[in-house]
Amino acid sequence: MTEAQNSSNTGSSRVKRGLAEQLKGGVIMDVVNAEQARIAEDAGAIAVMALERVPADIRAQGGVARMSDPDLIEGIQAAVKIPVMAKARIGHFVEAQILAALNVDFIDESEVLSPADYVNHIDKWAFQIPFVCGATNLGEALRRINEGAAMIRSKGEAGTGDVSEATKHIRKINSQIRVLSSMSKDELYVAAKELQAPYELVAEVAGAGRLPVPLFTAGGVATPADAAMMLQLGADGVFVGSGIFKSGNPAARAAAIVKVAAFYDDPAVILETSRGLGEAMVGINVNDIPAPHRLADRGW
Amino acid sequence: MSMTFRHPTASLIVVGKPLRIGVLAFQGDVREHIVVLERLGAEVIKVRRPEELGSVDGLVIPGGESSVMDKLVRLFGLYEPLKAAIAAGLPVFGTCAGLIMLSRTVLDAMDDQKTLGGLDVDVRRNAFGTQVDSFETNLSIPEITSGKISATFIRAPIVERVGPDVKVLARLEDGRIVAVEQGNLLGISFHPEVNGDTRVHEYFLGRVATSLQPQES
Repeated sequence: MTEAQNSSNTGSSRVKRGLAEQLKGGVIMDVVNAEQARIAEDAGAIAVMALERVPADIRAQGGVARMSDPDLIEGIQAAVKIPVMAKARIGHFVEAQILAALNVDFIDESEVLSPADYVNHIDKWAFQIPFVCGATNLGEALRRINEGAAMIRSKGEAGTGDVSEATKHIRKINSQIRVLSSMSKDELYVAAKELQAPYELVAEVAGAGRLPVPLFTAGGVATPADAAMMLQLGADGVFVGSGIFKSGNPAARAAAIVKVAAFYDDPAVILETSRGLGEAMVGINVNDIPAPHRLADRGW
Repeated sequence: MSMTFRHPTASLIVVGKPLRIGVLAFQGDVREHIVVLERLGAEVIKVRRPEELGSVDGLVIPGGESSVMDKLVRLFGLYEPLKAAIAAGLPVFGTCAGLIMLSRTVLDAMDDQKTLGGLDVDVRRNAFGTQVDSFETNLSIPEITSGKISATFIRAPIVERVGPDVKVLARLEDGRIVAVEQGNLLGISFHPEVNGDTRVHEYFLGRVATSLQPQES
């Protein structure tokens, strides 16, 4: 912790989670250059994720996927006024240090990139900048929060345009939270053991009925209806990766998903915003992806 | 926790029913505001439609991204109704993005960004820098409490100019203005709601209650 002016405190948990709270109800969009970043901002993105290749291209091209070129991230930071996020590989704390030195607003320790450490995740408490991490279930979410994550996003299966995994993960996390909330105190000790998560966090979630940080959803969201479904299932916001800039009319699709995020529970608005968007991204069925190529299995 | 309130009419009950407070609910930390307002005894509704706006005694504009909120307010037909409600004297409390929405002029705004106005102030958006410059500090707001308020500033705005009818409620130690009021409008740069601090909201509810009192002749 550094002491800033006015005896004030930067980089505290409240300050980090505070930004995550402000992003709720918003749409975070993957962009690969300044022009896309401006399109996303004009469409009403709450933040942009700066990266070299969207997940669909990472999947198609294969090879090791790493943190983006700092110049590319800086170009995107210069192009927009909304928060800019960027991805580091799981466990790659030096990539995270570079992103912190770039003053990005949020770091995504992401399974979309190739993991750099198959045992440890980044110690996120060591950073002034907030982190978002993926999770497929409650135990994984709580382990990431224990390591300092200020936001969780359910993983889904990135780069597919197939929302089924996102559905599975957000449902799983929320149903596990509901189960915790129904448990007696003595049962929570065992629950903590089974979730492989600290008892204090488990007890906090059981009492509050939600994670102590915002829960977004990601991975395969391609249409306004997909986004609305995730929000109706209890997500606090959505990440849209390949779904926007791999579609026929990115600006219109991006704006439609932003509108739906505000009125996710109103079918009339969802209907209106679903019209005239052109081709959605083609997509891949998750079942057609062999298990070793599934990104959601990365992270532990 | 004992608190001293200077506001003379900080009573939640007016003509025997709870105050009905709207929270503009397009985007942002809506939930945190609702929690604080309900803890204070208010009846809270989310406002996204003109008819919802028409039913409230006061409105909170939460934190979030002001440019996104502005787009959605205009897109969903709430811009003119909000301006009209403000002109008619509806008490409105804006935090962070909400302060920006209530300001007359935004410095460093998006190209097409509009505000509702009402507060005769110039506000600089995201005045401290990127997220690494976000911070918490303890603020004195003598109008609201004799104690200190723990204030969280998230990519926060600063008030750079105030008009003659604007009252400054709080400054940082370096003098920069972070809380103002004018007429029925209250705008602050920070987020008491993310700390669960109820005192600024209680002050606002006091103003709402006052606005509902019969006018003295």
